[in-house]
Amino acid sequence: MLTRIMTVLMLSAAMLLSASFALAADTIKIGGLFAVTGPPAFLGEPERNTAKMVVDEINKSGGVKGQKLELIVYDTAGDATKAVQMATKLIRDDQVVAIIGPSTTGETMAVIPVVEKARIPLISCAAGSKITDPVKRYVFKTAQNDALAVERIYDYLKRQKKNRVALLTVSDGFGASGREQLKALAPRFGMQVVVDDTYGPKDTDMTSQLTKIRASQAQVLIVWGTNPGPAVIAKNAKQLGLKLPLYMSHGVSSKKFIALAGDAAEGVKLPSGKVIVADVLPKKDPQKASLLAFVKDYQNQYKQEGDHFGGHAWDAVMLLKGAIERGANTAESIRDGLENTRQFHGIGGTFTYSANDHAGLSKDAFVMVEIRNKDWSLAK
Amino acid sequence: MKQELVKYLLFTLCVLLAPLAFLDSYLLNVLVFVGIHTLLAVGLNLLLGYAGQISLGHAAFFGLGAYLSGVLTTTYGWNPWLTMLVAALLVGGMAFAIGFPILKLKGHYLAMATLGLGIIIYIVFNEWVDVTGGPSGFSGIPNLQLGQLVFDSDLKNYYLVWSFVLGCVLLSVNLANSRIGRALRAIHDAEVAARVVGVNARLLKVQIFALSAMICAIAGSLYAHVMTFIAPPSFGFNISVELLTMVVIGGLGSIYGSFLGALLLTLLPEFLRFMHDYDIVFYGGLLMVMTIFMPGGLVQGIPDLFRKLLGLRKGKGGSHA
Amino acid sequence: MELGTQLLQYLLSGLSTGAIYALIGIGFSIIYNATGIINFAQGEFVMLGGMLTLFLLSVLQLPLWIAIPLAVLLAALVGLLFERLAIRPLRKASPISLVIITIGGAILIRGLAMLLWGKDTHSLPSFSGDEPIMLGGATLLPQHLWILGITVVLIGLNKWFFSHTISGKAMRACSYNPRAAGLVGIDVRRMVLFSFVISAAMGALAGIIVAPLTMTAYDVGIMLGLKGFCAAIIGGMSSGLSTVIGGLILGVLESMGAGLISSGYKDAIAFVILLLILFLRPQGLFGKPESERV
Repeated sequence: MLTRIMTVLMLSAAMLLSASFALAADTIKIGGLFAVTGPPAFLGEPERNTAKMVVDEINKSGGVKGQKLELIVYDTAGDATKAVQMATKLIRDDQVVAIIGPSTTGETMAVIPVVEKARIPLISCAAGSKITDPVKRYVFKTAQNDALAVERIYDYLKRQKKNRVALLTVSDGFGASGREQLKALAPRFGMQVVVDDTYGPKDTDMTSQLTKIRASQAQVLIVWGTNPGPAVIAKNAKQLGLKLPLYMSHGVSSKKFIALAGDAAEGVKLPSGKVIVADVLPKKDPQKASLLAFVKDYQNQYKQEGDHFGGHAWDAVMLLKGAIERGANTAESIRDGLENTRQFHGIGGTFTYSANDHAGLSKDAFVMVEIRNKDWSLAK
Repeated sequence: MKQELVKYLLFTLCVLLAPLAFLDSYLLNVLVFVGIHTLLAVGLNLLLGYAGQISLGHAAFFGLGAYLSGVLTTTYGWNPWLTMLVAALLVGGMAFAIGFPILKLKGHYLAMATLGLGIIIYIVFNEWVDVTGGPSGFSGIPNLQLGQLVFDSDLKNYYLVWSFVLGCVLLSVNLANSRIGRALRAIHDAEVAARVVGVNARLLKVQIFALSAMICAIAGSLYAHVMTFIAPPSFGFNISVELLTMVVIGGLGSIYGSFLGALLLTLLPEFLRFMHDYDIVFYGGLLMVMTIFMPGGLVQGIPDLFRKLLGLRKGKGGSHA
Repeated sequence: MELGTQLLQYLLSGLSTGAIYALIGIGFSIIYNATGIINFAQGEFVMLGGMLTLFLLSVLQLPLWIAIPLAVLLAALVGLLFERLAIRPLRKASPISLVIITIGGAILIRGLAMLLWGKDTHSLPSFSGDEPIMLGGATLLPQHLWILGITVVLIGLNKWFFSHTISGKAMRACSYNPRAAGLVGIDVRRMVLFSFVISAAMGALAGIIVAPLTMTAYDVGIMLGLKGFCAAIIGGMSSGLSTVIGGLILGVLESMGAGLISSGYKDAIAFVILLLILFLRPQGLFGKPESERV
């Protein structure tokens, strides 16, 4: 029946033609790839909100060198394939000169070949060390390397004279990356990994793993994951009467963790970006001003506390602004401008990029915090 | 047969000429993925539409093809074309072996068994970090190349992928119109009756299962070389559901319908983008509405709608290619 | 901590997880027995239970003892709507269509939950506190006891309903032979509706009693639904004791597997068991082999 094949062809043509739109305006176009929906939404949503907020603020005060910024955001839902497609769309159709995001390491790794080939600078909000190690010409990141977080923890443990650790990491990109670093950096700090166990992102009961850990020689338990897993683990640990000190990752550095874990959160320590303890930082801390401004503005606009993850997007937009101010608004000069960033006091830390460092932070980007009385305080 | 030939030539012509309309658009990139999804949908349709066997785990074969190609070419330096062939054969063989016990099941039980199989394979992708890179994915996969021609641009990948699609469509159309195709349809309609007249239903079902798996594995290999990066979430249960949706929406038992389904579902995010978070609700709703009101898929539904609107009598729609 | 106590802990944790799987599995079985349909949206009813309770507690500020029954009622309503809008129009449809429509329904419900309540995970208060209870070196939480207790009660209610009430017996009649049941005056369509309503209610209750331990979010339904289905298969799709045992076995094996073998592959355990049962003994551990008329 030819009617069938004709239906197929006509519908196809209709769909394809209607899917191609076009935009044109005299602004500096920046692309945003965030996982606003999907499992990493707790990253992508604050990132997108923050990016929009900062771009609006910049435009309200006159833009960058007289030109307004236009932010074009696409939701990748945490899917690497979509991230690649959207990156291509941003570059080809929307003609952006720079891209912020994606939210996760997996998506970033997928997008890297696309931006390198198109020679468009990318500022990723993901944590994986391998994004900028080895250095790629057009790829930068604002989220602290998980290696730095691990160094912070091990440093602290060393001072506490503990050296036998049990690892419980989540089996997703974030956890896998953390686990890699925890194992790789252990010898340098004299740490011995006695248990190396995992849990699934949707698991609801980790008593089996904790029972195993209780029976081991571990002195300390390090949990590397994002909500809700670590909260479940904290509760399970309390239930089992586990006496080991609990250390978590920066993946749970938000009030949400405390809300979920309740009493079990008491005494948990973790390395965090300074944003969650902004108000208790010493006055001379160079980041304090930006941190407080960010937290306040986000609260005003979105009725929630500005958090660690939104901060990555804040840094990315501000770094771009700096780069454009230093040079011109073309992709290549933005890239050069980024590489020349020195001592930018952002939310995630103080950034200094260079030709062989596109991650820009040192371990001062993290402070050790402790949960006391259902709130954050600096760990001693 | 002449009708089939005309349809095929028409299709081929449109496929070959389409890029010219979209040369600088990112839609060309999308069309590459439409090609890969079409391959997958056609593969699944052979099993689902013709042989009438449900599979909720087909994304696993896609993933196996992708990981085998990725790992063997990147970690062990094998020739990509050879790897594609080996991967297809390995996956086909595996499907053949597991097909015997699995295809003894029917209906919902088969659905759940394939679902379970798909999830187990997904978990292996995710947990076997040393080989697959685990949840962080596997990068550095080389592009395919033919002599001096490296397939590293959207245009080149488009023709690469669509050549495979055209080949697969040709194969499927031939299969559907052959003795095997008729035997499959017989099994679909009344398996016991088919066996009574001498069709080796058990063997045939397993063979189609294996063929379907092989096609999906090839799609996986192509995907790996086009993306140069693969990660487990691209091969999970949601993808299996998406593939199923493509086939059903296009029209079970219609090869060209599978293309339509693949096209619609790959492009749908483009249309739904303005809906932000509402797109999930829309997707679920679309599935339900299509199943209730257009069970034969778009290839049957749209002409029917047309005819109804024009006041003509409804024709008898069978399952043709 | 020696092996004995470890094993005891795995056992206890596994039993309470297994009880949840059992409740969800029974929900699957009830619908399957009445209609021959596998309801892929079953997991979403579980999710609705937890999320609705949360909503009633936090937004409407209702006390726990009102919020829970109300949430169950609302979930049952959703089950009713689902049957009316999605299942009833498809009376004569093929298994494929039914599978797709329940999957579509699941996606829709999940999407609506996400829109209404966001993507965050939320905690529900435990029914009677969080003090661990010691049992021979292993520990249990009060919530675990609630889970086991409520499961037992529900099983009992279930048994009573299906064996001693007219509606229950009518539903069983429909599952054996819908046509014969129709001929003796049973309104088969009404029974189908009932089955969805009951399953939704049970699923919701399961979701509520486990939420204080596992927390709840818009997407908890997926895995729970699948594992619950495994329990039902192991139990041979019965809506009674066999599925309960199936669920408990599943929970314990998972727990032991995670502790003794590997926690990464823990989920695979459930599905490998599923496949083994389907291959070797599709009628479940306790069922009788099915025979089909050709």
